Amino acid sequence: MIYVVGLLALVFLVLTVLVLTRLTSVLKGINGDSTDENEGIGLSNRINGALFLVFFVVGVIAAAWSFNEASHYFLPEASSPHGRRTDSLFWLVMAVITIAFLVTNALLFYFAFRYSYRKDHRATYYPENHKLELIWTVIPAVVMALLVFTGWRAWRDIMSEAPSDAVVIEIVGKQFNWITRYPGVDNNKLGNYNYKLTDANNEVGLDLSDEASFDDFTATEMHIPVGKPILLKIRARDVLHSVFIPHMRVKMDAVPGMPTRFWFVPDKTTEQMRNETGNQKFNYEIACTEVCGRGHFSMRMPLVVEDEESFKKWTSEQKPWLTTHTDYLVQVPEKLKAKAAKYVPADASAAPSDSTATEQGGGAGTSASLR
Amino acid sequence: MATVGANEASIVHLEEHDHHERQSFLKTYVFSEDHKTIAKQYMFSGVLWAIVGASLSIIFRLQLGFPSMKLEWLRPLLGNWISDTGKLDPQFYLALVTMHGTIMVFFVLTAGLSGTFSNFLIPLQIGARDMASGFMNMLSFWFFFLSSVVMFASLFLETGPAGGGWVVYPPLSALPQAIDGSKAGMTMWLIAMALFIVSQLLGGINYITTVINLRTRGMSFSKLPLPIWAFFLTAVLGLISFPVLLSAALLLIFDRSFGTSFYLSEIYIAGEALPNVGGSPVLFQHLFWFLGHPEVYIVLLPALGITSEIISTNSRKPIFGYRAMIASMIGIAFLAFIVWAHHMFVSGMNPFLGSIFMFLTLIIAVPSAVKAFNYITTLWRGNIIFTPAMLFSIGLVSFFISGGLTGIILGNSALDIQLHDTYFVVAHFHLVMGAASAFGFLAGVYHWFPKFFGRMMNPKLGYVHFWMTFIGIYLVFFPMHYIGIAGFPRRYYSFTSYDAFKTFGDLNMFVSLAAIFTFGAQFIFLLNFFYSIFRGKKAPQNPWRSNTLEWTTPVHPGHGNWPGEIPAVYRWPYDYSKPGAKDDFIPQNVPYSQTLESNLPHENALIAIEKEIEEQNYNDQFKQPH
Repeated sequence: MIYVVGLLALVFLVLTVLVLTRLTSVLKGINGDSTDENEGIGLSNRINGALFLVFFVVGVIAAAWSFNEASHYFLPEASSPHGRRTDSLFWLVMAVITIAFLVTNALLFYFAFRYSYRKDHRATYYPENHKLELIWTVIPAVVMALLVFTGWRAWRDIMSEAPSDAVVIEIVGKQFNWITRYPGVDNNKLGNYNYKLTDANNEVGLDLSDEASFDDFTATEMHIPVGKPILLKIRARDVLHSVFIPHMRVKMDAVPGMPTRFWFVPDKTTEQMRNETGNQKFNYEIACTEVCGRGHFSMRMPLVVEDEESFKKWTSEQKPWLTTHTDYLVQVPEKLKAKAAKYVPADASAAPSDSTATEQGGGAGTSASLR
Repeated sequence: MATVGANEASIVHLEEHDHHERQSFLKTYVFSEDHKTIAKQYMFSGVLWAIVGASLSIIFRLQLGFPSMKLEWLRPLLGNWISDTGKLDPQFYLALVTMHGTIMVFFVLTAGLSGTFSNFLIPLQIGARDMASGFMNMLSFWFFFLSSVVMFASLFLETGPAGGGWVVYPPLSALPQAIDGSKAGMTMWLIAMALFIVSQLLGGINYITTVINLRTRGMSFSKLPLPIWAFFLTAVLGLISFPVLLSAALLLIFDRSFGTSFYLSEIYIAGEALPNVGGSPVLFQHLFWFLGHPEVYIVLLPALGITSEIISTNSRKPIFGYRAMIASMIGIAFLAFIVWAHHMFVSGMNPFLGSIFMFLTLIIAVPSAVKAFNYITTLWRGNIIFTPAMLFSIGLVSFFISGGLTGIILGNSALDIQLHDTYFVVAHFHLVMGAASAFGFLAGVYHWFPKFFGRMMNPKLGYVHFWMTFIGIYLVFFPMHYIGIAGFPRRYYSFTSYDAFKTFGDLNMFVSLAAIFTFGAQFIFLLNFFYSIFRGKKAPQNPWRSNTLEWTTPVHPGHGNWPGEIPAVYRWPYDYSKPGAKDDFIPQNVPYSQTLESNLPHENALIAIEKEIEEQNYNDQFKQPH
C-alpha cells in the first residue's frame, strides 16, 4: 500500500512538471519577447535547475525512508561466522559508498542549481588544477586499497582449505533439484562416482566397485550438525547450477565435469533461528542461482541444522543406498561381494542378476571418477 | 574565417569535385556509403531495437510484479507462450530475459550508440570528408542489419528464442535437451552474434583508421574533442575483445553441432550419459567475459565522451581536466581487459585468481572517480543552460556515480559471495551501464539532432521526457538494490517456492509499476523525435554555440561535409568563456592570431606555427587522385 502512495506522489510530481512547463510557455506568450539567442534560457532554465535541487532533497528523503522500511529484510540473519564477517564488511563498504554517493550527488545537483544560466554572467575559465586532481585521485586510491585489503583477507580465509575434521557432504545439482550424498556411518568416506553409471535410480552415479560407496546414502534434504565445519563437495549432473544458502552466506557454482567446494561453520540450529526470528515455521533453504532451465526458480532443498546428537541419530536412521537398491549388487566386483553383503538385507542377498544393470555398469570405467 | 588563406588551388579542386553525378535512390538512402546516412540508419535501427528490448522487459516485469495476474490479453501477441491458465510460460520468461539482455547490450547500446555517434561525429569533428572506407562502413551496417533480421526472426520460433541468459553459459546453451531455448533459437542467436561481430569489426577498424589518418590540418590528438577520444578507445576495445567472443561462439557452435567437447564434460541429461569428457564450462565463461567486461566499457565510454562534450558546451566552461579525462579513459580502457574474472568469483575458478581480479577491479574505481569529479567541477561556476541534452548528461553523471559505487561492493570477492547473481547485480549494472549509456544516447540525439536533420527537437517535451525518465529509472533501480540485499536471485520466474524470498512482493510490484511508467515516458521522446524530423523548427548553423568542427558545416551538410576547403584547427575544443573574448565560445577553427585579446601567454607563441598548419593538406580525400 505504501508504495501506491509513493507512486501517487510520483505522478503528482510529474504533473507539477507538466504544469510548470506549460506555465512557462504561457508566460512567454504574455511577454512576447523571445530574444533569438537566449530563447529557452529563461524561466524553464531556472525551473530545471531548481528541480535538480528538489529532486535531490526529495530523493534523499525517499531513499532514507524506503531504506528504513525495507531494512528488516536485508541480509537475513547470518548463521555462520564468516557470514557475519562479510556482513559487517558489507555495511562498512556500504557506509563508505553512501557518503560518497551523498557528497557527489549533492554537489552535482547543487552546482546544477546554483550555477544555472544568468544573463550578463560569465562562466569561470577554469580548465585544470593539478593539485586538486591529484588529491581526488589519491583519496579514492587509498580508500580502495584499504577496502581491497580487508576484503582480500576475508576472501582468503573463507576460501582456505577446509579443516581436516570437517563433515564432508556431497551436493549434486540436476534439473531441477538438489541431491545430497553422505559418506555413511561406517567408513566416513564418500565413495567414487562415475557419471556414466547414472540412471533413474542411481541418481548420483554411485560407483559400486569402490567399497567406500557401500555405506553412502543419499537424501533430498540436507542435515548438518551445528558448530562443526561442513565441507560441501559440489557438482552438477547436467548443466551449471549454483548452491546458494542465503542464511549461511554460501554460494558456489556446481559445474559438470569440475567438482567445486565450499566450507563453512553453521553456528545456529534451525531451532535457535526459529526462536530468534520468532517465526516458528522458519527453515533454512538451499537455492539455485545459476540459470539452469525451466525449473530454475524452484530448485529448493530444505536444510536442517541440528545439534550433533540429532544429526548422528538422523544419519544412523538413513539406509545406505545399496540397501534400498539391492538389484545393483551385480555391479559390485566379485572380490568385494562379501563386504557388500553386510549392507544387503538377508532375503535380498541372493537377488537374481539383473541383466540390464550389468550391461549398464559394464561399459563404464572409473577413469572419470573424481572425488 | 579559418579559410582566410584559401588558395586558388583549392578552388580548382572544388570545381573538379562539383561534377559528382546524382546517385540512385538505392545508393543514396539504402546502400549508402555516406557516414551521415549510415549513422542515421544505425540510429533508426537502434531506436527500433530499443522499443523491442524495452517491451520485452515490461512483459517480464508484469510477471515479477504481479505473479498472479492473468495474462490472457497478451495471447494475441505471445500465442502459446501464455498457458491455458493465463500464465506466462517459465521457459518463455527466461527467453524474454535473455533477449532483453542481448538486444539492449548489443543491438541498442553497442550498435545503436557507437554505430550512430561514431559514424556521425568522427568525420564531422575531426574534419574529414567521410570515413576511411565508405564501402566497409556500408558493409558494417548491412552485416548488422542481417544480424538484426536473424535475431528478430528467432523471436518467432515455435521453441522460442535463446533462453539461457544473455551470457549463454554452456552446457545449458549447448544442449537442446536442456531447455527449449537451446534448440533453433540458440542456433540463430549464435549466427546473429557472429554476423554482429563481423559488423563491429568492420566498423571498428574504420573508426580507428579514420581517427588516426584523416584528422584535418592542426587536429592533433591533444586537440581532439573528447567524444572522439571515447569513440577511438571504444573501437580499440571492440577490435581486441570481439574476436574472442567470436571464438567462444564458434567453439560453442562446434559443441552444439559437431560433437566436440570444448565446454562439455561428464554430463547425464534426459536419461542419457553424453560421451563428451574433458571440456570445461568455465573456459566459456573466461572467453565470454574477456569480451563481456570490455563490452561494458564499449557501451559506456561513448556515452561518457558525448557527455563530456555536452556538459562543457552547456556549462559554457572548458571541460575540467581535459588531459585527466583522456588519461582516465585510457586507464579504464586498459583495465577493462584485466578485470573480466570478477564476474566469476564463485564459478569454481581458483580463489587465488579471485584475489587478483578483486584487486584489479577495484583499481578501476580510481579513473572512474576522477571522471565523476571532473564532470562535477566542470559545472562549478559555470553558466549552465539546461537543454534537454544537458539534462540527460547530468542525469548520466548521477547514474554513473550511483551505479558505479555499488560496483565497489560487487568487485569485492568476499562480498560478492552473497550478492552474486542477485538483484543487487541487476540494479548495479542497469544504473551504471544500462541507464547511463541510454542517457548518453538520448543526450546525443537531443544535442546533434540539428546536425542530423537540420531541425530542432521540442525542448519542452524534452524536459518532460527527461524528468519522467530520470525519476522513473531511479524508482525502478534504487529499490531493486533492496531486493538484492535481501538475497533474491535473478532470472527467477517466481519467488513463491522459497520462504526466504516471499518478502518484498509489494516492492516488486512497485518496481514493475515504475518500469511501466518509465517505458511510457519514452513515447514522449518518440513523438518528439519523429515529429521534429519533419516539422521541427528549422535549426541555425550552430544552435548550441559550440566550438567543435561539425557546427562549421552547413545546416544540411552534403557529401563531403564541407562545401569548400576543410577548416584547419588551431586550438583545443573547449575554449568557452575565455577571459577577454567577445563571445563565450571560440570555435576550434579560429586561429590565435584573430583572438589576441583572449590568448594566454603560451598561446601567443603558437601564432607562429599557424602558417605551417595552414599549409599542411594531406588528409582531404577530395584532393587525393582517384
